[in-house]
Amino acid sequence: MRLDPIAAPTPARTLGLPALAILATIALAAALAAIAGANPLETFGLIVKGAVGSKFATLETLNRATPLIFTGLAVATAFRARLWNIGAEAQLYAGALMTVVIGTQLGLPGPLALPLMALGAIVAGALVLLGPVLLKTRLGVDEVVTTLLLNFIMALFISYLLEGPLKDPMGMGWPKSPALPRDARLPRLVEGLRLHWGFALALICALGVWVMQTRTTLGYEIRAVGQNPQAARFAGIPVGRVLIKTALISGGLAALAGFSEVAGLKGNLTSDLSPDFGYTGIIVAMLALLHPLGVVVSALFVAGIFVGSDSMSRAAEVPTYIADILLAAALLFMVLAILLTRYRVVRG
Amino acid sequence: MTLQDTARDETVLRLSGITKRFGALTANDAISFSLAKGEVVALLGENGAGKTTLMNILFGHYTADAGEVEVFGQALPPGQPGAALAAGVGMVHQHFTLADNMTVLENVLLGTGSLWSPGLGKPAARRRLQALSEDFGLRVDPDARVAELSVGERQRVEILKALYRDARVLILDEPTAVLTPQEADALFLTLRRMVAQGLSVIFISHKLHEVMAISSRVLVLRHGKLVGEVATHDTDRHQLATLMVGAEITAPAPAEARPGAVLMRLAGLSTTPQGNRPGLRGIDLDIKAGQILGVAGVSGNGQGALADLVSGVTSPSEGRLEIAGDRVEGWNPRAALAAGIGRIPEDRHRTGTVADFTLTENAVLESYRDAPNARAGWMNWSAARRTTEALIAKYDVRCPGSEARIRLLSGGNMQKLILGRVLEAAPRIILANQPVRGLDIGAVTYVQEQLIAARDAGAAVLLISEDLDEILTLSDVIRVISDGRLSPEFARGEKTPAELGQWMAGQGFDHAA
Repeated sequence: MRLDPIAAPTPARTLGLPALAILATIALAAALAAIAGANPLETFGLIVKGAVGSKFATLETLNRATPLIFTGLAVATAFRARLWNIGAEAQLYAGALMTVVIGTQLGLPGPLALPLMALGAIVAGALVLLGPVLLKTRLGVDEVVTTLLLNFIMALFISYLLEGPLKDPMGMGWPKSPALPRDARLPRLVEGLRLHWGFALALICALGVWVMQTRTTLGYEIRAVGQNPQAARFAGIPVGRVLIKTALISGGLAALAGFSEVAGLKGNLTSDLSPDFGYTGIIVAMLALLHPLGVVVSALFVAGIFVGSDSMSRAAEVPTYIADILLAAALLFMVLAILLTRYRVVRG
Repeated sequence: MTLQDTARDETVLRLSGITKRFGALTANDAISFSLAKGEVVALLGENGAGKTTLMNILFGHYTADAGEVEVFGQALPPGQPGAALAAGVGMVHQHFTLADNMTVLENVLLGTGSLWSPGLGKPAARRRLQALSEDFGLRVDPDARVAELSVGERQRVEILKALYRDARVLILDEPTAVLTPQEADALFLTLRRMVAQGLSVIFISHKLHEVMAISSRVLVLRHGKLVGEVATHDTDRHQLATLMVGAEITAPAPAEARPGAVLMRLAGLSTTPQGNRPGLRGIDLDIKAGQILGVAGVSGNGQGALADLVSGVTSPSEGRLEIAGDRVEGWNPRAALAAGIGRIPEDRHRTGTVADFTLTENAVLESYRDAPNARAGWMNWSAARRTTEALIAKYDVRCPGSEARIRLLSGGNMQKLILGRVLEAAPRIILANQPVRGLDIGAVTYVQEQLIAARDAGAAVLLISEDLDEILTLSDVIRVISDGRLSPEFARGEKTPAELGQWMAGQGFDHAA
């Protein structure tokens, strides 16, 4: 068996195969639900109902999608330049940390505090990714390893801070930071609804990344470096500098997920702030084929599956793990579908 | 056309009705021929004519859509490279398949012994290898590490590898591309000994004089079809060329050059070797306006280092680089472009273009930051598209449109786009590294004429090529590169190809230095 490249794939291939991937995912999930002793159709119905069946459910899904849009954009931006940023989780926590430090320690008034918190978060996240990318461009160190390992270093560092210098004195001994003052929180998007301005910021960022990629010289450079670094270098594109700029943008975007979660939803920093938003961002970006606007759609999809599965499992007694399996299967089938749009399997 | 004397002999290999399609392209269209014991058949055709596909089918790398391969009367099961080897067909690829860190003997033995045998049986193998070396005039030290061998020696190892496995049919894919004329003559001597001992050879080439020198029969492929089968003594180079191209060909004949000022000077310049690629070793080189300077040499003798230096990809480690009399500091691709150097890279797929980019995106690869393509960091795609469409029209790039991905283009059209990108920037110096390799004859002529026109307009052209014929046709002055050193400058017609071949083999440098 061999793979033969396809020069010009037909629309049937480019659209049909991803659709097939989604169908295959659903089939697999149905089989699993059946094994768990539930009616597959009913299970799906419950997931959909749990995700978008009521105003509360829909808002919950949008809230859950917000950090995933940020981390998805972070991954999509980096992957576009073939910069394998697996460390969105660490960058998210760096952003959350800076948000809490600026918001609780400086005592600034709200209108001044919020932009400064966001800015501080972006700088912190960018710096976290700057180290690995400098190691890559200067010494050729594989960034997959360094960014991945930084996630654990950051998690331990946050734990230390929450048990030590950043521990809330009023927290009854729980490892959590002091809460942000009222006016240093992101306001609700619509009064009375549990959806904050972080969601709007995420949409603006998606649009911004899309414009950056398609309309600016930097976006052009990033795409050239990602697709063919040798040709980019030959044409005079400073490959190292482009990778550094990409890293700063990517790290900053991931950090905004932390900012938005702390300032929009939680109000303080805990070590369980992110249930793997950074890693899930990779799935979100891959399902979106790295397209920044597609990231919004796939983040909503992924968030819907998580939120829907939670409520489904309460009603149908199918474990919530089905959400993880669904997403993992969706990712694998999608990667396979992408491969098969560009290559044909031939015997011999 | 069937040849009487062939039919009488024992047939060792027969291909019947081989057809292979890749999508809409028919790479091989019902090709049939047979090979007799003790003959050399040349397979002649331009790049893309289907030679390599046909050999890949014969060797089991591809499965044919139709047709059959027979070796010694036995049909070969399709798609099994092991079957062809076992039946006695050996192949020497253009790019060698040797393990550099192992000795010659170990390379020859690789894959021959059983996985379960405790030793490699080296003493017996060594005796057999030495016997083969002597029988066929393939001198090579069995204990030398492959990494230390010259290209010519590596090729001998490849041939020995096939002979060791009792190959009775040997396929050589463009074997002389990496050899000096003298080394090629030695190879031909070996091939003659082989056929004298009853082996059969398929010799793939697009060089007519070699085909005339070594083969007894010539098969000509064009656009996947077998368009001619002639006995070598019944034909001549002109007829073969016409068959191969399908039309009469005329080589460009540049007028007398009028060289002007020195635009670029390399003085005592060295670069660091990279991997197994030699660096430049203290070369002096003047590149003059209105002149084509051809650098001839065998592949891998520092051409890459010279091209990388001139295009700005590497900086000198020692010596001086001057442009228009000024010493250059901070050398990089952008500086080279700013200095008015137009660069046609050796590898148009990997260095010259971004395969998944559109023609527009590729056309502005070197000028994407400049007006009108961009302003203050914002791309102006409609302006870039207009520039590209003008370029497509002017340089006759056959394509579906400026928004098509460049990977869809043929090599010739891709090269025309690169040529347009280079020439539209009005360069004062043009680096052309193997500008016509792999192109069909129409594109070759077009690219060469454009280079001559640029020279006549006052540009300095540095032409690097491994094809001596191309160097002889185009160059006003010739220098030979060997192991990172440059020969003195020879005027057009001053040296014969054989004399240049001696320089290519590295002779003469010590006296000149």
